[in-house]
Order: sequence, then C-alpha cells, then structure tokens
Amino acid sequence: MEIETIDRIIDKHHCEASNLLQIMLEIQSSNNWLPKEALKRVSERLKVPMTRIQHIATFYKAFSLVPKGRHKVHICVGTACHVRGATRILDTVEEATGIKPGETDLDMKFSLETVNCLGCCALGPVMEVDGKVHGKMSPVKTAEALKTYE
Amino acid sequence: MIEFEIDGKKVSASKDMTVLEVAQKEGIHIPTLCHHEKLEPFGGCRICIVEVESRGWTKLVVSCVYPAEKNIIVRTRSPKVDRIRKTIIELLMAHAPDSPQLLDLAAVYGAVPNRYEKDPSFCIHCGLCVRYCAEVAQKNALGFVDRGVHKEISFIPEIAAKECHACKECFPLCPTSYLQAVFVLTEALAFPDPAVKH
Repeated sequence: MEIETIDRIIDKHHCEASNLLQIMLEIQSSNNWLPKEALKRVSERLKVPMTRIQHIATFYKAFSLVPKGRHKVHICVGTACHVRGATRILDTVEEATGIKPGETDLDMKFSLETVNCLGCCALGPVMEVDGKVHGKMSPVKTAEALKTYE
Repeated sequence: MIEFEIDGKKVSASKDMTVLEVAQKEGIHIPTLCHHEKLEPFGGCRICIVEVESRGWTKLVVSCVYPAEKNIIVRTRSPKVDRIRKTIIELLMAHAPDSPQLLDLAAVYGAVPNRYEKDPSFCIHCGLCVRYCAEVAQKNALGFVDRGVHKEISFIPEIAAKECHACKECFPLCPTSYLQAVFVLTEALAFPDPAVKH
C-alpha cells in the first residue's frame, strides 16, 4: 500500500487521534488488510502509540494483520444453519478452495471464515461471499457458486 | 471534605479520592493486585472488592475505582467479601499457580489452589507492566493484544530493542514473572544480544 494513499485517508479524517478507528477501517476496506508500514505511518502522524493500534487491530474481528483474498467467504455455522447441514457446506468449500477457516489461498482468491449467525436463519444453510448472501445451499450449489468468482 | 465510615472507623477524604486510597491513608488494609500508586486506577483484578452500605442498601463495589461518598459504611471484610475474594484468588491461581502474591493471599482467604482446572497462561491481566510503560516510563514498548480469554501482553520489538535494556522498571511489578519471560522471548526472537553465545 502506498504511503500517499495512507496519507490521503489520514488527511480525510483531519489527522485526529479520535478518528483512529475510522482511519483503520478505511485502510482495511481499501486494502483488505492492515500492513505494518501503514500502521506505522498512522502511528507517527496521529501520535498514537503503536501498542494501542496493535490492541485495536487485534481486538476487532473486522481487522486483519495478514493479507486477505479478493473474495471473502463466510460460512454460517450458527445453530439453525448447523442443523440444516452447514458442516457439509463448509467441507465443500474447504475441498474446493483447499483452505481451512481463517486461511487464505496462495493465489489470494478466497479467504474463508466461519461466522456464528448471519441473521437469516430461514435461508439456512447460508454462505456469504463478499456480502452477497447465498441461501438454502447444498454441496452442489456451493461448488457451482464458488466457480462464478474470479 | 467527605466523611464516612470504614470498618467502624470514622474517616474523612477529599473529593476525588477512591475508597481504596482513603483506606490506605487510614492504615486499613485492603488486598490489591492491579493497584499501583503511580498509575491510574484500573479495576482489573477485582480483589479489592468491598461491601458498601448506603441509605440502607448494601452493594459490592471495587474499592480502587469507587469514589469516596458521604455517609457510606464500608466493610472491607465480611463473609460475602471473603468468599468472593477466595473465588477470585482460586480463578487466578488456575493461571498462575506459583505466584508469591497469590500464594500469600490464598493463605489468608483459605483459597484452594487446585479448585479450578489448571490453565497456566501465567499472565493475570493486572496490566501493571502495560500501564507503567505507558503512564510512567512513557515508552509504550508493550501493550495488550487480542481480547477475552486470548488476551495477552506483547512487546513492540522495535521499541523494546531501543528502550527496555536501560529501563526494565516494569519487571519488579509483575506478580507472576510472566513479563520477564515475554521479554526474554521477544529479545531472543527479534533482537538477540550479540554477547550471548548460543
């Protein structure tokens, strides 16, 4: 991530320490993860100690300190999805992508996470890819859906 | 000036004092783990819990963060307070079974060291090292990472390499010696001492 981009994000938030979380969220969403250099720049310019940034970055699940893939796959393993066969959906995704929850594949195509409820239990089992919800999934439908992503 | 009562003794305090500070001033002992006079109150360990009676109601409060209040009656030892402290000590001992401070407290409150399944993470999250580094030393060389049961202390290697050898003021504060272990580990991984032969 370029230093100009980071500076632009910081300036947009008036270079204020109270906007730290917003700045971090914006870096996360534009870059998909928080590189150490970016956080160092934020720390220097906002005069916020690195320890606090590190605490925040590890506290919220929205942040990632390792590179993430282009597509974020969330498999719901909440109670409703679980009884409707979420494990089989998860197995299918693991098989198709070759990664386990929390991991990213080598060509940075997919990042896989499990979530505990997406709030649409009637559609279970649910898979979410880049915010788009795929409901009432079967292993076959899951494999088909994953093929549409580049 | 605020006047109230601790363990039957009439005490007076100024406006921004906590119950713990007043008790310490009056020579009344309340056990603490995360309290340090140079640092801001933290309320992390909850061992300084006391009973406060105000307007006929009794409640349990953490004395290191509870401001002195007019006409309250504070009881630093009562069966309920002792029972809660005993459980807190037992829970902490699951993490740091050999901490001298915890062993002393366990003897006073009759805590059973093996009551809970051992989970030796050694850190009891008192935050003394983290807060001392931020507030007194002002180096910010270490901080907390992660949250809940996964929360741990972590050095920033770049800052630790520069600042820690000359300071190390946080070392004696740690109730479990876990801090020293983390420092040695960080040192070995990130900035090994060239004088040490391996």
